[in-house]
Amino acid sequence: MERLTFDLATTSLRELNTFLHTDAKAGKVEAVTVVNPDGAHNIAVGLDCPINVEVIGHAGYYAGGMNKSATITITGSAGTGVGENMMSGTVHVKGFASNGAGASAQGGLLVIEGDAGLRCGISLKGGNIVVGGSVGSFSAFMAQAGTMVICGDAGDALGDSLYEAVLYVKGSVKSLGADAQFEPMTDADIATVAGLLDKAGLDHDPKAFKRIASQRSLYHWNADANQEY
Amino acid sequence: METKPVHFKNVSREESFGYDRKTLDYIRNAAAHGLYEIRGMGAKRKLPNFDDLVFLGASMSRYPLEGYREKCVTKTLLGTRFAKKPIELDIPITIAGMSFGSLSANVKEALGRAATEMGTSTTTGDGGMTPEERQSSKTLIYQCLPSRYGFNPDDVRRADAIEVVIGQGAKPGGGGMLLGQKVSPRVARMRTLPEGIDQRSACRHPDWTGPDDLAIKIQELREITDWEKPIYVKVGATRTFHDVKLAVHSGADVIVVDGMQGGTAATQTCFIEHIGIPTLAAVRQAVNALEDLDMIGKVQLVVSGGIRTGADVAKALAMGADAVAIGQGVLVALGCNGETYYQNGALHSAEADYTAIGAAAGFCHHCHTGKCPVGITTQDAILEQRLSPDVGAKHLRNYLKTLNMELTTIARACGKQNVHHLEREDLVALTIEAAAIAGLPLAGTNWIPGQGF
Repeated sequence: MERLTFDLATTSLRELNTFLHTDAKAGKVEAVTVVNPDGAHNIAVGLDCPINVEVIGHAGYYAGGMNKSATITITGSAGTGVGENMMSGTVHVKGFASNGAGASAQGGLLVIEGDAGLRCGISLKGGNIVVGGSVGSFSAFMAQAGTMVICGDAGDALGDSLYEAVLYVKGSVKSLGADAQFEPMTDADIATVAGLLDKAGLDHDPKAFKRIASQRSLYHWNADANQEY
Repeated sequence: METKPVHFKNVSREESFGYDRKTLDYIRNAAAHGLYEIRGMGAKRKLPNFDDLVFLGASMSRYPLEGYREKCVTKTLLGTRFAKKPIELDIPITIAGMSFGSLSANVKEALGRAATEMGTSTTTGDGGMTPEERQSSKTLIYQCLPSRYGFNPDDVRRADAIEVVIGQGAKPGGGGMLLGQKVSPRVARMRTLPEGIDQRSACRHPDWTGPDDLAIKIQELREITDWEKPIYVKVGATRTFHDVKLAVHSGADVIVVDGMQGGTAATQTCFIEHIGIPTLAAVRQAVNALEDLDMIGKVQLVVSGGIRTGADVAKALAMGADAVAIGQGVLVALGCNGETYYQNGALHSAEADYTAIGAAAGFCHHCHTGKCPVGITTQDAILEQRLSPDVGAKHLRNYLKTLNMELTTIARACGKQNVHHLEREDLVALTIEAAAIAGLPLAGTNWIPGQGF
């Protein structure tokens, strides 16, 4: 069997996820198509094998959550927490994404072709996120590691309390959060952006991006820090 | 001969209540450093607690069981609401969530071994699951915290239950802290952070913002684990009545309520002492909420925060808890605040090391420094050798055994063949405050302050 189709109008979500965790993991199919998702939450969560999953339509919360190895494509838009805590693999949203996209992702690639809502890449822990459009406020809040490429604009408090994650923005940044700063782009930065844009299949000039990283002034707790905590 | 009258200089020793020495000390510290104090352990102030309650043992109107012969069941089931594989424990006394990072790997292993021997569970903490911990603990509860440090789907699948932590009794509304001296290479790697930085955990979850979102988040965890594992929700005690109702609404199998006496490895003192309500007040509110929703026996309640003795356990159960979780008591059993530590077959004095961090045995709350003189709350390669998993596990097993014996003795004295049959009717309060807070009659009366008017 090559490709199997699950119709969420007639099949339960639990059946789909259980199949993806067991039969799909055992290598019984190479690809799964999900039709009529109708905004259902928790589609294709906790996958643990290199399978292709295509969701035709809109997904609710946590689509592709905690993904390992799988390639998940959502042709519509995705709700809160798409690709949250992803370990590896790819989650690709053709439409828009809601809040907390890619939250705490430790690996893999999350692509959002449209805009992303608030807190995109919050607590990022090593994953890569490419957003074709703009991101909302508090994106990359407390992001620890990994990379975000934002082809549109960023809202308020971008990169607040950043650790070691690095952000690249092509458009305007409404405001930076505490401890975030603009830094010059190096050749390595341009190569990183170019590589991620290429993987995401988005066409932008990598030299047009600005780099944002942590000032690291909140790393140590001292009396002279004037209490930004 | 002429004698001069003796004049004594009158030295005033009138201490101010509002500006006592503790307060003077606090202000001087604040003035010297410009920073709030961070420390470990829980609230130190005097609070109404389980000591303010006593049991009405059996007598003419009730029939007791033989103190240590007759059967008294302690088996405890948690997570029966939705999970295919509920947690089955031999005793209703569990080990509270404490992180690797705050505790050494040796301590985590000791906890797992003792808990496994006693047929109970341990819980991970803010920093992920260590292999030592998974291996040594038969029943391991995996916490999902706002920081998500080290959180990953493989450990979700390896866990026996998942505990979504909303808050902690020592600091409801606050995230964890781990100061740089404890962020060792291994801890840093597990948390994806640079070594040696002062690490402040998030106080809000990254991917959900309210009880309706949490319901979906819990469903995600259930989907990932194919509905096998119980989902606990842990709240720090504040608006406990409403919080417990909302946790039930969100789909929790088990609710953990942590009162303000609950410990921490590092939190602002103002937080520890001034935010949250005592455990005694929280238990009552939690049970009221479950009764209100007709969820008694369907959603289980675990109570933590200042549970120290078998009597505390029995009282918590009588008030309606299904189990308790212990953190600080466990650490004390391992040697926390002790004058000595046991290494290479002999006892050694820890006095000099307490002095070095400005503490003394019995008063130490310096977990945040990472320089625990008895090797418990440390990541230091030399200090952590002071607590071996063997010795730690032995002491902890003894402590848990003692608590369980006390619990069953009290249950038998109240005529119960099963510790879960202890009931509110078995308790009375010794103070008006405790009576009002716990909703129990003042001893010798049928007066429950605030009720029955």
